[in-house]
Amino acid sequence: MARKISERVGDDKDRRQFLKGCLGAAGTAVAASVVSTPAAARDTYQRPPDALGLLYDATLCIGCKACVAACKQANDNPPEFSTLDHLWDTPLDTSGHTFNIIKMYRHGTMSTKDAEENGYAFMKTSCMHCADPSCVSACPVTAMTKDPTTGIVAYNPEACVGCRYCVVACPFGIPKYQYDSPTGQIGKCELCRHRYKDGHYSACAEVCPTGATLYGRSSDLLAEAKRRLALPAGSVTTYPRGSINGGPDQSYEGYVGHYQQHVYGETEYGGTQVLKLSAVPFAKVGMPNLPPKSSAATSETIQHTLYGGLLMPFAVLGAMTYVAKRNVHHDDDDGRHAEEPIEKRVEKPAEQRPEQPKKE
Amino acid sequence: MSAQSHAKPAAVGGSLFNATTLICGVLIAVMAAIVLVRLVFGLGATTNLNDGYSWGIWVVVDVFIGSALACGGFSVALLVYIFNKGEYHPLVRPALLGSLFGYTLAGAAITFDLGRWWNFWHIFWPGYFNVNSVMFEVAACITLYIIVMWIEFSPVFLEKLGLHDARKKLEKILYIFIALGVVLPMMHQASLGTMLVVMGGQVNALWQTPMQPLLYLLSAITLGYGVVLFESCVAASAYRRQIEVQMLNPLARVMLGIMAVYLLVRFADLAVRGVLGQAFQLNGIALTFWIENACYIAPFLLIGTVAARRNPARLFLAGVAVMLGGILLRLNGFLIAFDTGPGWTYFPSVPELLVTIGVFAAEILGYIIITRRFPVLPREEAYAQPAHG
Repeated sequence: MARKISERVGDDKDRRQFLKGCLGAAGTAVAASVVSTPAAARDTYQRPPDALGLLYDATLCIGCKACVAACKQANDNPPEFSTLDHLWDTPLDTSGHTFNIIKMYRHGTMSTKDAEENGYAFMKTSCMHCADPSCVSACPVTAMTKDPTTGIVAYNPEACVGCRYCVVACPFGIPKYQYDSPTGQIGKCELCRHRYKDGHYSACAEVCPTGATLYGRSSDLLAEAKRRLALPAGSVTTYPRGSINGGPDQSYEGYVGHYQQHVYGETEYGGTQVLKLSAVPFAKVGMPNLPPKSSAATSETIQHTLYGGLLMPFAVLGAMTYVAKRNVHHDDDDGRHAEEPIEKRVEKPAEQRPEQPKKE
Repeated sequence: MSAQSHAKPAAVGGSLFNATTLICGVLIAVMAAIVLVRLVFGLGATTNLNDGYSWGIWVVVDVFIGSALACGGFSVALLVYIFNKGEYHPLVRPALLGSLFGYTLAGAAITFDLGRWWNFWHIFWPGYFNVNSVMFEVAACITLYIIVMWIEFSPVFLEKLGLHDARKKLEKILYIFIALGVVLPMMHQASLGTMLVVMGGQVNALWQTPMQPLLYLLSAITLGYGVVLFESCVAASAYRRQIEVQMLNPLARVMLGIMAVYLLVRFADLAVRGVLGQAFQLNGIALTFWIENACYIAPFLLIGTVAARRNPARLFLAGVAVMLGGILLRLNGFLIAFDTGPGWTYFPSVPELLVTIGVFAAEILGYIIITRRFPVLPREEAYAQPAHG
C-alpha cells in the first residue's frame, strides 16, 4: 500500500550520475546567482528631473514647531500627548498620527545654538522621499508608490495589508503604523500632495517663519543648498521663505551658519528629495550614514536574479520533476529487503548492492 | 513481511483524550480569546509592538521560525525523491505531517498579525502585487506550498476513507507535487533571508549580507533534518516506540555535511566582507553570534562519529542544537541584532507569548490527532499497540 521508491539496481550508474549532475547544477545555479554580478543587476534609482522636495536648513530653524502644528492640521491628525496635563499636542516622535516633528540635539551647557560642544540644534524628522525608497520596494501590494514625475512617495490605505514591512525597511524610521486601531493604517508625510490642487504646497514649508523648511523642485533646492555651503560663515545672504520660487518679497537677509560641508540627501541611497543642511554632524542629529547604493537595489537584484521571469524556478522545477518522476514508485510490496537489515543497506556503497529486479 | 522492510504506515490508535491533548486544547482556547481581542481592539491592545520593532514574535517566531522548523517534509523529500535514498521512506509521512501543520499554522498566524488583514487577497491579485517585493515572493510561495503539501499528504486521508481509486489516480501525478514541494520551500526559505537585505544598516553587519538567501536555504534544510531527529525521538518516547536509529544515523551524517557547507559559507562571507572582527568585540551582539554558531558546531562534537550517531540521546541533543542554531539565526537577524535607532525596545507581551504558544500547541494537537487516527507513522510490529481498529 505504501508509496515506494524504486531501489537502485546494479546497472543504473548512469542515472545516478545524471541525478548528481542535476543536483550539482541546481545547487551551483543558486550559489552562482547569489555570488556573481548577475544580468538582473538593478542600479540605484536617481531623483526624477522634476522631483519635488524640501530643503531643511537646521541653522535657520528656531524650533517654533509651527511646521508640526501645520502638518497636523493639513493631514487631519489628532493631537498626541506626552505631558500629564494633556493640554496640547506634544508628540515625542513621528507616529501613525504625527508625520512631522522637530527634534532637538542637546550637549553640555547648551549655551550656543548649532554648536556640537555645549550647544543645541534642531532637526526635522519627516519622510525624505527617497529616490529609491526601501518602503516601495518592500511593499508586497503596491500600497507604497513613488510618483514617476513628482517622485512623491505616497501611501494608499485601500491597497495596504498592514504587514509593516515598510516600517521595518525604512532606514529613517518614517512609515509608522497606527497600533491603537483595529483598522490601523500606515502614516507618513506625502508632501501635502492632497493640497496641490488648491494651489497650496507642503504645509510645513508654507508656515515656516524663517525659511528653515523650504519647498520646491529638488534640483533647485540642491543648487540652493550648495550656494549656501559655498558662502563664508558669518557673511550675509538672502534666504527665501516658503517656496523657493516665492520671489523677493518672501525673502529676507540673514547670516550664514557654520555648515557641515555636506548636503544630506544628495547621494544617500541614490539621493533623497528632502535635503538637509546642519552645523552639527548629521550622525549626531539622528541622520543615518547611508551609502550611495540603495538597499532596495541590492534586494531587488537578488530577487530578480533568483526569480526573474521565473526562469530559475522553472528550470529547477523541471529538473526536480524529472528526477522525482523517476524516483517515485507505488507498489504494494514491502518485502523486498527481507534478508537485509536496513542499517547495512544504508551504509553500504550503492555499487555493492545486490542486483534486484527493477519494479515500476 | 519482515520487520526490517519498510514498515507500512499505520494509525497509532489510542485515546485522543489525555493530559497532553487537554493542555493543548486549553492553550488553543486562550489563543483564540486573545486573537479575538486583537481583532476588536487592534495590535496595540495585545502586543508590545512599536515602530522601532514593528515585527514581533508573531512574525519572526510564528512565521519565519515556524516555517523553518517545518522544513522536515521538504528536507526528507529532497533526500528520498531527489537524491533517491529510498531507505528513508518511512520518515516521509511523519515529516510531511509536521511540515503541513507548521506551515498551515504559520499561514494562519500571519493573518492576525496583519494590520489590514481583510486586504490579504491583494497579495495574489494582479494590479496589487509587487514583484519587486521580497515579501510578495515569500507570501505567494508559502501559500502555494501549503496547498501543495495538503495535496501531497491527501493520499493518507484517501487511504483512511477507503477511496482507493482516487488515491491511485492522485499518486500517478503526485511526482509533480513532490517536485513543487521541493522547489517552493527552496524559494521562500531563501527569500526569508533576502528579506533582511532591504533593511540595510539597521541589521548588524554580522547578519546583513547578500549571501543571506543561500545561508537561510542551507539552514532551513539542516533544520529540517534536525527536526526529524527531534521529532523521531520525541514520538518514539511519547508513543513508546522504537527509535529508528538505523535510519537517523545516516540522515544525521547528511545533515552534518550540509552544516559544514553552511559554516564554510557563513564564515567565508564574514571574512570576505571584512566584518569578522565584529564577532570578537565584547558585547551582547558578539555573544549571541557565537551562541548561534556554537549551536551549528555542537552537532559535530555530539554526533561526529558513526558510534556516536547510534546513541539516541546524542541524536536528540544534536537535533535540538541544530534547531536552536536555526532559531537564533532568525531571531538575531530580525530582532536581536536589528537596531532602528535609540529609544526603541521590544520584548513580547504575555498575550503575544500565549498566542505563539497556542500556535505550537495547535501543531502538537494536530500531530497527535492525525498520527493516532491516520496512517502516518511506520507500523510497529514488536511493540503492542493500544487496542484500536
